[in-house]
Amino acid sequence: MSDTVEIRWHGRGGQGTVTAAKVLADACLSSGKNVQAFPEYGPERAGAPLRAYNRISTNPLRIHCPVTNPSIVAVVDATLLDSIDVTEGAADDAVFVVNTSKPPEEIRKKLKLKDTQKVFTVDATKIALETIGRPLPNSCMLGALAKATGLVDLDTLLEDVKGSFGSKFSQKIIDANLEATRRGYEEVNEG
Amino acid sequence: MGKKLAVTGNQAIAEAMRQINPDVCAAYPITPSTEVMQRFAAFVADGKVGTELVTVESEHSAMSACIGASAAGGRVMTATSSQGLALMWEMLHIASGMRLPVVMTLVNRALSAPINIHGDHSDGMGSRDCGWIQLYSENAQEAYDNLIQAIRIAEHESVRLPAMVCMDGFIISHSIESMEFLPDETVKEFIGEFKPTHPLLDVDNPVTYGPLVLPDYFIEFKRAQHEAMSHVKDVVLEVAKEFEKISGRSYGLFESYRLDDADIAIVILNSAAGTAKDVIDVFRDKGLKVGLLKPRLFRPFPYEEVAQALANVKVIGVLDRAESLGGFGPMFMEIASAMMTNGSNPLMVNKIYGLGGRDFMPEHAEAVINELKEIMDTGKVKVLKEYIGVRE
Repeated sequence: MSDTVEIRWHGRGGQGTVTAAKVLADACLSSGKNVQAFPEYGPERAGAPLRAYNRISTNPLRIHCPVTNPSIVAVVDATLLDSIDVTEGAADDAVFVVNTSKPPEEIRKKLKLKDTQKVFTVDATKIALETIGRPLPNSCMLGALAKATGLVDLDTLLEDVKGSFGSKFSQKIIDANLEATRRGYEEVNEG
Repeated sequence: MGKKLAVTGNQAIAEAMRQINPDVCAAYPITPSTEVMQRFAAFVADGKVGTELVTVESEHSAMSACIGASAAGGRVMTATSSQGLALMWEMLHIASGMRLPVVMTLVNRALSAPINIHGDHSDGMGSRDCGWIQLYSENAQEAYDNLIQAIRIAEHESVRLPAMVCMDGFIISHSIESMEFLPDETVKEFIGEFKPTHPLLDVDNPVTYGPLVLPDYFIEFKRAQHEAMSHVKDVVLEVAKEFEKISGRSYGLFESYRLDDADIAIVILNSAAGTAKDVIDVFRDKGLKVGLLKPRLFRPFPYEEVAQALANVKVIGVLDRAESLGGFGPMFMEIASAMMTNGSNPLMVNKIYGLGGRDFMPEHAEAVINELKEIMDTGKVKVLKEYIGVRE
């Protein structure tokens, strides 16, 4: 099972966290991996904390239960850092990717991360406002996560972000999301 | 070969239905199977299928319309869950009694009360005695593959019985997983043209469906149904063999996992079986001979074959995601009956797990295997039937 990467997403209802997990699954599938993407099902309300999960593996995935020991933790909304323990069960070498304007060192301290754990930050909400014009950080977070973890290359990810919009959205919205993804990839900070 | 995509279980089922392109589909949406009909209704609206979609006011009506359309001579499909299946209950018997090969997807969900929308097998097990063929599926791939094969099984001339394909609500229906789709043409060719037998719309050869049959003949009708059911096992294997040729994926009456030399066996259905297999690998690495049997065909139940597969096992743990309050779990009763057929007398325990969608975690499988080992070592069963993963 060691070649299985397990990811836990923390977000709030309405931020596109579940969509982000789905797009990541598509991008990893495009790279030839076996994938799972699923949210934690509960009463779905805008603004309420939620979790979503990914498993990515070179082997067929048989396990069907929530991820409890993630090797990657993505925090889509920094306000969650004050209300829930996003480090719970995280692997000793886990990678944290956090949407925040604060520097990685500050987040590392706040989360009391182990020396063996890595933290990356990106101001995804600001980038989303500048590109998409709305505080939807998910595309930007995907770019940051791709850079921080090396799970998927940027071109493959951009193709699948584009594909996730189907034919319902204007080119302008799709381009803005692609730009947000690209900027997330480029502007993520390691600490 | 087909295309590999990441989809939800419901999406996989809707795609299979698009490829099957039934003549009639009558349905009433219910969580967690709603997405099946939502997507299929879009296929109908977009002209991707030629299906007559009948939107009805209840599941009782949905099954009634399916029965009418099937008796008229059409290939008919539907989907439901939980209370929806419960409301269909009396019509389920009509469909099987009239020998109508309706094919239904059942996205397994707990029955109320208390109200719960998550996955367990109480709906499927509750319809055990309705005369339908039941196939259970571990994941989206198996659900898709089973649904395509169910058409051939139900419509086989020696069977002509309705069939339901079951998969776990939310855990499979709403989770995205990678799976492989067959090309449209391949599915079309595999299922073939629907051949109605004695259709009501053949007005030159009028027939009666569902007449009053009193004690002078009723039991003969049931005996005939029993006969049809007895042909299902062979047909399931025959269809599976052909399906393997087009898909490369092999299916049997059940799946045996590392069972050949096993001292300890777990019997478990659907999505939890996958989790249990991962745990079994860990125990195998430590030298414990443990295996798993995952039933696929639950009705008719392949008693002799299951007994043979478990013949050399010393201890069996049967895990049920459904209750028969006041009795053992429904799967335990089947396995106990099966073991009677070959006279082997293993120690058995029954664990009730995952009701109302409670997660089945690797730790649960681990605890069960550890207990089964203790039973093997001591020869003693402490508790025959017990809940696991529960606050007490």
